[in-house]
Amino acid sequence: MKRYLTFLADCVRLSFVGDWRYHAWMTLLTVVALIGLFAWCQQLVSGLVTTGLTDQVSWGLYIANFTYLVGLAAAAAMLVIPVYVYRNMHLHDVVIFGELLAVAVIIMCLLFVTVDLGRPDRFHHLFLRFNFPISMLTWDVIALNGYLLLNLHICGYLLYCAYCGRTPARIFYVPFVFVAIVWAVSIHTVTAFLYVGLGGRPFWNSAIIAPRFLASAFAAGPAFIILTLQIVRRYTRHQVSDDALLVLRRIVQVAMIINIFLLGCEVFTEFYTDSAHLASARYLYFGAGDRAALVPWIWSAIGLNLLATLLLVLPTSRGLPWLNLACVLAIVGIWIEKGMGLIVPAFVPTPLGEVVEYHPTLREVLVCLGIWAFGLLLYTIFVRISVPVLAGQLTYEKRFGRPHAKQDLPPSRTSTGVNP
Amino acid sequence: MSTDHRRDGPTPPAGREMTRRGFFRKGVAAAAGVSAVAAALSPLRHLAPGDIPSVEEFLRKHYKEMTPEEKNAVLARIAAAVEKRFGVRPSLLDPPPLDGVEFVYALNISRCIGCRKCVHACVAENNQSRSPEIQYIRVLKMEKGSIDVETSDHHYAPPVVPDQDSYYMPVQCHQCAKPPCVKVCPVEATWQEPDGVTVIDYDWCIGCRYCEAACPYWARRFNFAEPEIPAGELNPVMGLLSNRPRAKGVMEKCTYCLHRTRRGLMPACVEVCPTGSRKFGNVLDPDSEVSYILQHKRVFVLKQDVGTLPRFFYYFDERGSRYHEPIAPVRSEEPT
Repeated sequence: MKRYLTFLADCVRLSFVGDWRYHAWMTLLTVVALIGLFAWCQQLVSGLVTTGLTDQVSWGLYIANFTYLVGLAAAAAMLVIPVYVYRNMHLHDVVIFGELLAVAVIIMCLLFVTVDLGRPDRFHHLFLRFNFPISMLTWDVIALNGYLLLNLHICGYLLYCAYCGRTPARIFYVPFVFVAIVWAVSIHTVTAFLYVGLGGRPFWNSAIIAPRFLASAFAAGPAFIILTLQIVRRYTRHQVSDDALLVLRRIVQVAMIINIFLLGCEVFTEFYTDSAHLASARYLYFGAGDRAALVPWIWSAIGLNLLATLLLVLPTSRGLPWLNLACVLAIVGIWIEKGMGLIVPAFVPTPLGEVVEYHPTLREVLVCLGIWAFGLLLYTIFVRISVPVLAGQLTYEKRFGRPHAKQDLPPSRTSTGVNP
Repeated sequence: MSTDHRRDGPTPPAGREMTRRGFFRKGVAAAAGVSAVAAALSPLRHLAPGDIPSVEEFLRKHYKEMTPEEKNAVLARIAAAVEKRFGVRPSLLDPPPLDGVEFVYALNISRCIGCRKCVHACVAENNQSRSPEIQYIRVLKMEKGSIDVETSDHHYAPPVVPDQDSYYMPVQCHQCAKPPCVKVCPVEATWQEPDGVTVIDYDWCIGCRYCEAACPYWARRFNFAEPEIPAGELNPVMGLLSNRPRAKGVMEKCTYCLHRTRRGLMPACVEVCPTGSRKFGNVLDPDSEVSYILQHKRVFVLKQDVGTLPRFFYYFDERGSRYHEPIAPVRSEEPT
């Protein structure tokens, strides 16, 4: 127990230690997160009137980001599957960064849902009257929190074992890893079902949404991890092989192709049938009369996705600069397509045929940026802690075993309550 | 902001002076951090007293779990709060659903002239927010020969109605027998009563707006800001589950005026309608007007394909329609 508390205290301490670039980055993120908190406090005082939401378009940027991030979290499975199922050892040393990403991102998801609530002060009502299994939202609560706990356990256990200098017992994490694989698919499927199950919204009421969600998640997520791993490799001593990045490239490549294919299926079904259900899709792609706020967005998304796919299938993206470009294009393209392109058009026109457009307000954007900054802050801390711990540079033994080993670490000046 | 050690790199030996300087810098950083957090939280000082739930409100049980004593305490507390805010002592009751009653609504689209008197009578009766404006009834001006709501006009505003080349279709909560809004609510804050009315426990709703996304009739409204009702316009006859003042951040909807209809009165929209297009009653009573309409008129429901089994019917008739026996034009009321 004492050892575990020491571990936690060391983690906290370590997250404050770094060079000037680390501090500058963390300060920037903290400032943006606090600006977001400020904007959210304003929203708490005035109500959701500070957002661009209306009774016509009642979900917007918050739920769009939430949906996108659920996919990012699910993508951790794309690192785990090659390692644990196919025994691909290229990714073995980096799989934990995917799991840590899942932890940070799920926390962001929960924050995005919280800021979307009109009455966050009544959050505890979820524990008192939980409409399970009827409401898909309750399924999502279980799926997301379960996934958070699974990944916290896996990462926490592996890190703690490294800290204690002992080999992790497979029985304590491998079963959880396999559960987490299935769970990763489930979080995104359940989130898709939130929308798919609504008969009054024909734009969502389509069986292809869940597969499309997964395909885009498995493209955007590993693309994000490709970029992250290069940052980790550059700024820490952690080794990440090019082979690991190329395995991920293959995953993004296949997922992007499937994603584009499914999008094509959807577009064909909607436009060839040309039924009354087409109104939302027509608004999304071509606008309704002079109201066409989403048109430039969706066409940029399609352009970005097509370009990313093209780059990914060409051999040139085996070179890192092109691969990175493709990843950035895919991340942005999917964020638009899946966030704004999937959530907002379902509300336009309304079930009674009224066309009201949605324009996010500055405060709403600030809240979103704040949550993104907070998520990146968490992830930076996770990486900051896990790199030296996994490398065996920070262990209980070194801290408290031999006195001279203390030199490996910045001396503790905080009152953590533990002294050798 | 306290140390300059290169990450993961070797640490220079820590002298006593370093420690002191580091301690000072750490103190400054901590102070800056605390004040930044305080600044970020500063808008919260503008929270109105009513925004922070009292202990009783925080611990309040779900409507269905309250004992009669607890419910009386809640009624007394809400009545006191209304009196404090509006200076009017309300008559706040919680009339229960009546045995052997299932309410349905029938609306004659061959007589409706689109005057929107129902819209405004509803707002006055049900204490909806005037700013931002919340209305439960939306009157659609429809193209003749089409029932496609997507070609309807929501914001028509001629000086007089009706327009001879259109017909009007008012839409409000259809009190579905299979309500998708109830299904999706994560906290059971909304449910269907035995008399067929779907209600909301305003003090239980967490404001996620999933019900609003689920409703195929766009019948639910959200309080995006603190609702404003001029004190003089408050309707003091209130029901706990219907027209008592709501707070910001919660959903609300048409309840077929249950504080009236459960006491034998007609809904406000029925009472105000100048053309008799609106009919309301107990469908389980074979002698009721709505039973007659359902049996003998050409009745349909809007969006039957979504399968929610509405308790709100539209009908049309040949004799008595405004096309054969013209109705004198009426001044049109404001749109939204």
